[in-house]
Amino acid sequence: MINFSQLKKNLKKDFSSFKKIKIALLGDSATQFLAQAIRGAGYENSLDLEIWEADFNQIDRQLLDPTSDFFAFKPEITIIFQSSHKLLGYYYQCSKNEQINLASTKIEQLETYIANINQQLSTKIIYYNYTEIDDTIYGNFANNINDSSLFQLRSLNLAIMQLATETQNLFICDLSSIQNRIGRTNFFEPSIYISTEMVLSIPALPEVAARTVDIIAASQGRMKKCLILDLDNTLWGGVIGDDGIANIEIGNLGIGKAFTEFQRWIKALKNRGIILAICSKNDDNIAKEPFEKHPDMVLKLDDISVFIANWENKVQNIQSIQSILNIGFDSMVFLDDNPFERNIVKEHLPEICVPELPEDPAEYLEFLYSQNLFETISISQEDNERTKLYQTEAKRVSLKQSFVDEDDFLKSLNMLSFVEGFTTFNTPRVAQLTQRSNQFNLRTIRYSEAEIEKIAHDENFLPLTFTLKDRFGNNGLICIVILQQQSTNRLFIDTWLMSCRVLKRGMENFVLNTIVEYAKKLGFTELIGEYIPTQKNGMVQHHYLNLGFQKTNDLWILDIEKYQPTPTHIQKK
Amino acid sequence: MNIIQQLNEIFIEVLDLETSSLTNETTANNIEEWDSLSHIMLIVAIEKHFKIKFTSREIQQWKNVGEMITCIETKLP
Repeated sequence: MINFSQLKKNLKKDFSSFKKIKIALLGDSATQFLAQAIRGAGYENSLDLEIWEADFNQIDRQLLDPTSDFFAFKPEITIIFQSSHKLLGYYYQCSKNEQINLASTKIEQLETYIANINQQLSTKIIYYNYTEIDDTIYGNFANNINDSSLFQLRSLNLAIMQLATETQNLFICDLSSIQNRIGRTNFFEPSIYISTEMVLSIPALPEVAARTVDIIAASQGRMKKCLILDLDNTLWGGVIGDDGIANIEIGNLGIGKAFTEFQRWIKALKNRGIILAICSKNDDNIAKEPFEKHPDMVLKLDDISVFIANWENKVQNIQSIQSILNIGFDSMVFLDDNPFERNIVKEHLPEICVPELPEDPAEYLEFLYSQNLFETISISQEDNERTKLYQTEAKRVSLKQSFVDEDDFLKSLNMLSFVEGFTTFNTPRVAQLTQRSNQFNLRTIRYSEAEIEKIAHDENFLPLTFTLKDRFGNNGLICIVILQQQSTNRLFIDTWLMSCRVLKRGMENFVLNTIVEYAKKLGFTELIGEYIPTQKNGMVQHHYLNLGFQKTNDLWILDIEKYQPTPTHIQKK
Repeated sequence: MNIIQQLNEIFIEVLDLETSSLTNETTANNIEEWDSLSHIMLIVAIEKHFKIKFTSREIQQWKNVGEMITCIETKLP
């Protein structure tokens, strides 16, 4: 991990091409170094984090006074850091009766903060949970006594998690996990604390900053979606082509336990919605044999969305995987035990994340835990079904190759789209799509679940969602359009985003036909579109031009009266 | 290298200076970049370099580089 003085040096570098995000940092301990570390870690993630730091120990004053500097700053992200030391100090001053209620008192305080913030601002809140301090007043028996400080601290951490499940804009930065991993003696430096009121040691700062920026980056749609895996000595020990299926190490053979546990972790990622792909130098049938026949393999062919085993170079194969999945290289992680392969991939595809796996497979898991590669800020039902979606996409690709005429192919798909507004059922998926879609996204406006709910009930907005189903399967909710009434005759397209899974199927035309149909019914005469360029949405720069909009200044205008619907092969349900 | 030369290198690295020519009489007032925050980074870097540990009282008591060096000397094997 990059150390604190390197992060500090980042502060002098050029942030001008990076996305700017306003961050407020409020702490009850000294946070100057933390602010520097977070900004420095932002640089590593191509983010220009503009940090406003509250004065020392001003959390109450800033969050409870609606006219404070904090509210004037209008942060997009608010970080609140209340330390275990202050918690313990407070605990010691409490009466026994207050001690027993410490966790619930603190939770009420946090709820008040959140309510106050949400009344005025639309900001994501990152809250640091509490690192454990065992004061050994009761020894191990602290676990048996509900007014012990340890009992209250752990209850509080659990209650914060509970609160986060119910509060859409609350995210926990898990300080306690960081301390568990690097150890309290590394995390906390008593002599520095006594002289400066800093509760994070210099070596702990980059760890905390990295975890914090992970959440911030995820909130900007920067998430890993796909894990590409090598086979020999990565998923099992040995070389399948040489050793044969009976002799590869998995299960009880040799150091097979390391690979079994590694595969369990990968399977759990897949169940969470991470797409798995295989990229291996092997003969295809030999590479697949363990997945089909080895009883100790945790991963089965069903778990893999794209399986590529051949003797081409891995850069080309990863490019093929990328073109089938249609997701950005920067949302992919590539794991390979061979440093040579890793370097080639890194060199040619610099956007892909290529962790430097340790030499000993026994170390794989602990190393990968420390990297926190798969941060996310929301989970939806569809995540669980993603593997299947991409497997059917691979089937579609092979059917398409059998048709000469594109139109015949589309007709043969029997496509059906279900159109509806925002509902309590689709809200999580809608919010998630606005947060994750980068490529087919005209304005890249990110919405939280709470904001989506607001739009659903706002008369000035007309939200539409589209699903797409065909003979191979259901793609689920794949397109979101949010229309905003600008005047009695003008309708503005605030959001138009689509999943790249459904490109080239006439969906754009179907969506526009549907929009125009609604707009006409409601008496609008002009539809206004806007394209806001980002580093990633170049594919839609001619979107409105292709659909027949006329350019006026920076906006695109469509005359609703004159619009002739474009025929598609999609049926509306 | 004597202690003061080693300290010069640490100061250059931590405070991002062009050169450093510390004397026993140098104090934080003589070096613009040496503030209360960078002081912490200097301490951590010095501890790491000499493989020693300062007490919190020592950290607060030094009046100049000379006192810092005396303190380091008592801790070296």
